[in-house]
Amino acid sequence: MVPTAYYIILSAILFTIGALGVLVRRNAILIFMSVELMLNAANLAFVAFARAYNLVSGHIFVFFVIAVAAAEVAVGLALIVTIFHDKKDVDVDEISSMKG
Amino acid sequence: MDLFSLVPLVVFFPVIGLLINLIFGQRLGEKGIGIVASLFPALSFVVSVLLAVALAQNPEGRTVPFLEWINAGEVSIPWAFQVDTLSVTMMLVVSGVGTLIHIYATGYMHQDVRHHGDPKSYKRFFIYFNLFIAAMMILVSANNYLMLFVGWEGVGLCSYLLIGFWFDKGKDGIGNAWAGKKAFVVNRIGDFGFLIASFLLFWQFRSFEFSTVFEQAAQAPQSVLLAITLFMLLGVTGKSAQLPLFVWLPDAMAGPTPVSALIHAATMVTAGVYLVARSHPLYIQVEQAQEIVALTGALTALFAATIAIGQFDIKKVLAYSTISQLGFMVAAVGMGAFVAGMFHLVTHAFFKALLFLSAGSVIHGMEHGLEHVEHDQRLRRSLKGHGHDFDVQDMRNMGGLRDRMKTTFWVYLIGAVALAGIPPLAGFWSKDEILAEGLHLNIPVYILLTITALLTAFYAGRQVFMVFFGSPRTEPPAHAVESSPIMTIPLMVLAFLAFFGGLLNLPSLHTFTDWLMHTLMLEEAGAAEAVGEAAAAEAAFNPTVAIISTVLAVGGFALAWYIYRRVTERQKSIPPARRPDDPLRPALGPVFTGMEKKWWVDELYDAIIVRPYKWLSQFLADVIDWRFWHDWFHDTVIAGGYRRISQFLSEPVDMGVIDRFANRLADSIQSLAARGRLIQTGFVSSYALSVFIGVMLIIGYFMVRLTIAR
Amino acid sequence: MTFELILFFILAAVSVAAAIAMLVTDNSVYSALFLILNFSVIAVFYIMLSAPFIAMAQVTVYAGAIMVLFLFVIMLLGGDLIKKPSTFRWQPPLAVFLSVTVLTLFVFILISGADFSPPPSMPLETGIGGPKEIGMELFNNYLVPFEVTSILLLVAMVGAILLTRTEKINTGGESTRK
Repeated sequence: MVPTAYYIILSAILFTIGALGVLVRRNAILIFMSVELMLNAANLAFVAFARAYNLVSGHIFVFFVIAVAAAEVAVGLALIVTIFHDKKDVDVDEISSMKG
Repeated sequence: MDLFSLVPLVVFFPVIGLLINLIFGQRLGEKGIGIVASLFPALSFVVSVLLAVALAQNPEGRTVPFLEWINAGEVSIPWAFQVDTLSVTMMLVVSGVGTLIHIYATGYMHQDVRHHGDPKSYKRFFIYFNLFIAAMMILVSANNYLMLFVGWEGVGLCSYLLIGFWFDKGKDGIGNAWAGKKAFVVNRIGDFGFLIASFLLFWQFRSFEFSTVFEQAAQAPQSVLLAITLFMLLGVTGKSAQLPLFVWLPDAMAGPTPVSALIHAATMVTAGVYLVARSHPLYIQVEQAQEIVALTGALTALFAATIAIGQFDIKKVLAYSTISQLGFMVAAVGMGAFVAGMFHLVTHAFFKALLFLSAGSVIHGMEHGLEHVEHDQRLRRSLKGHGHDFDVQDMRNMGGLRDRMKTTFWVYLIGAVALAGIPPLAGFWSKDEILAEGLHLNIPVYILLTITALLTAFYAGRQVFMVFFGSPRTEPPAHAVESSPIMTIPLMVLAFLAFFGGLLNLPSLHTFTDWLMHTLMLEEAGAAEAVGEAAAAEAAFNPTVAIISTVLAVGGFALAWYIYRRVTERQKSIPPARRPDDPLRPALGPVFTGMEKKWWVDELYDAIIVRPYKWLSQFLADVIDWRFWHDWFHDTVIAGGYRRISQFLSEPVDMGVIDRFANRLADSIQSLAARGRLIQTGFVSSYALSVFIGVMLIIGYFMVRLTIAR
Repeated sequence: MTFELILFFILAAVSVAAAIAMLVTDNSVYSALFLILNFSVIAVFYIMLSAPFIAMAQVTVYAGAIMVLFLFVIMLLGGDLIKKPSTFRWQPPLAVFLSVTVLTLFVFILISGADFSPPPSMPLETGIGGPKEIGMELFNNYLVPFEVTSILLLVAMVGAILLTRTEKINTGGESTRK
């Protein structure tokens, strides 16, 4: 039996890697993928706890997260495509017209 | 039907008359205006007669309240009408003689407005005339001093309006207006005295009402009463033209002749006499005041009579005569002979109004003659200088009018004889009564008045002989025309009254005395003896006095005849250039000049009072008001100082401090914001970083808490 | 050291490596593929955690649909996109430092006594993770969120279509999005 703590640590590591990706990478799509990674890390933590406390609601939550993530990806990628049509570039550093 | 309650109508009938003329005058035309204006005083007369009838049954009289006028705290001054024998006497005189004069005036003014070239003034004249009657009625019917004063002021106003009726004529184009102003101003001085007296009255007696005041008169301190009566005397000298405030009356002759007749002979000027008669309970308490009043009257009488002798203007003679006769009346009521004074007031109203109106008739006749002469080439040459310079009122230009104006001559003669005091005309009885009282009560006054009586007869005769006898001295009187009936008929009525007026109070009958005594005795109990004494004295007819005065009157008249007929005839032989204009001039020399120049009273007043006063007001206006107050104090001190303060506040304080502070505040916020703006880099990654840092902090906080909790 | 533990460590290492590789690779397609690998490993973890349904869902939806979508878009836009030097050159090091800090924090807390009492071991077949159990829970207690989520998916779909469609109609593009 793998202790739940190990799963949580793994989840944490994956989460930080994902966060790192969001902060460092400049390609919009890659940033997006990093976000997916973070979500997955969270899902892993959920399921681990669900198994630890024997609650099915953890699974339910993961179910919803997956659904929402799917939706979010659809819309987000549509947006990126649209922006690319305008700017011909997915470098987020270039999209700085909101500079105040 | 209670006749007493009709009394407000004596005031309101003339008011209605003037309102009708005011509103509908244009449409009524001259005839209509005249009828309306004469009708309403006649109605007042009817009411006065009815009141007299009512009084005959209830001689003690009545007070008829009309409306609440002033009601403040403990002061309550109503407008109430006093109906007693004294006031009704005055009402009868005012409305009766007033109506006759109104009728006369409708004819007189018809010619006068055309002579002055302003036919539209006809309406204005009668409006003022009716207004005067109304005001005079208020005066005589008042039951308290304040209401009396309202009427007092009202008649003063009407006098002013009517004297200056032809306000753009007269000397230098404003002579008449100036005369009106003079009347008003001099009267004001008298009014001031009246006001002070009424203030003292209120202060002492806490009321203005006659009844209240007279009841308490005996208990009041002598000094206060003396002050009251003397200040009242000041008002009397103003209104009744006594020394020293008589100077306005001769100038008042600038008004049309009916005005002179009504206001300055028969009614307004007698208001002072009425006032003293009404206030008799006050006067009999203070002997010194009585003495002063009597002497004032007597001296005025003599003084004015001397001036009358030297006057050449027909109206001026009558004006000074009025002053003189008023002096008689004032002396009488001053002595305590109230009935005598009132009696003379009534008879004087008759014959003086008659004389004035007849003089008006004479003047009209002269104007007719002048017009006739001006239009005739041959006669024009006899006029010295231009026609306008010819004075139609100068007696030296008249003469021989007896043949051309017969009616006028006869009525004038009656009036003059009455004035002189020759029996059996009215003037004799009233004047004699005063003289008899004088002998009884006050010898110096008696002497003065007797001398005056002689002079009166003299100047009356002088006037008659200069105007009507002899041959015309110039052309116009030779072509004079008698006046129209509308003027001569009132003259005849007045002549009748002047002839038979003495019947009012014949020595054995004493009708008038009894009539008046109801008022004069009823007001106070304490002084009944004093008045009763006067009554007892009046009962006795003093033959000595009567004979003396008759002899003097006839003698004066005869002297006048001698000088102005005989001597003038004799002087006809002297060439015209060296012929004296008046036989008295070479006889009396400088005395005559003094009389002619009215003893230079006006010039004296001008030098002593008017000129310094004008200097003072000039000084106050120019220096004190303008230069000091306006220029310096206002402009420099207040306005300038204020401006300097606000400048100080606005520039350094407002702009410098406050604005600078506000601007700096805005600038600092702006720079702060500019720096703050740099956070918004526009880069997604830096936003994400911020989010991450925030999350980290929160988690860190929770973890720390957990650790500590464990 | 049970077999399960060893398996866990191996798979964990693979997962982390794939993740880091995803970050580091220049090629976008390689990144996507590494991510797919990561997802698959996580699916295995789900199975190890007695959540078969979720594991299947992960594979089907995540690795199967979402990542395929990603690959489509990467192909559409062109895989290799420029790398210019970052404007804020201090950002990556800072990010690394922060991440490490966070991680350390996590680990520290966990190790210092977080008490997750391990349940009695369960066989793989039985347990709460089966479709039947999930279905029971979902349709009894979480019905409304379920329905709402379906609407959400609908909205996302419509939105995606709309976003990309408007582009095509106005050839000039909508500059309002700037």
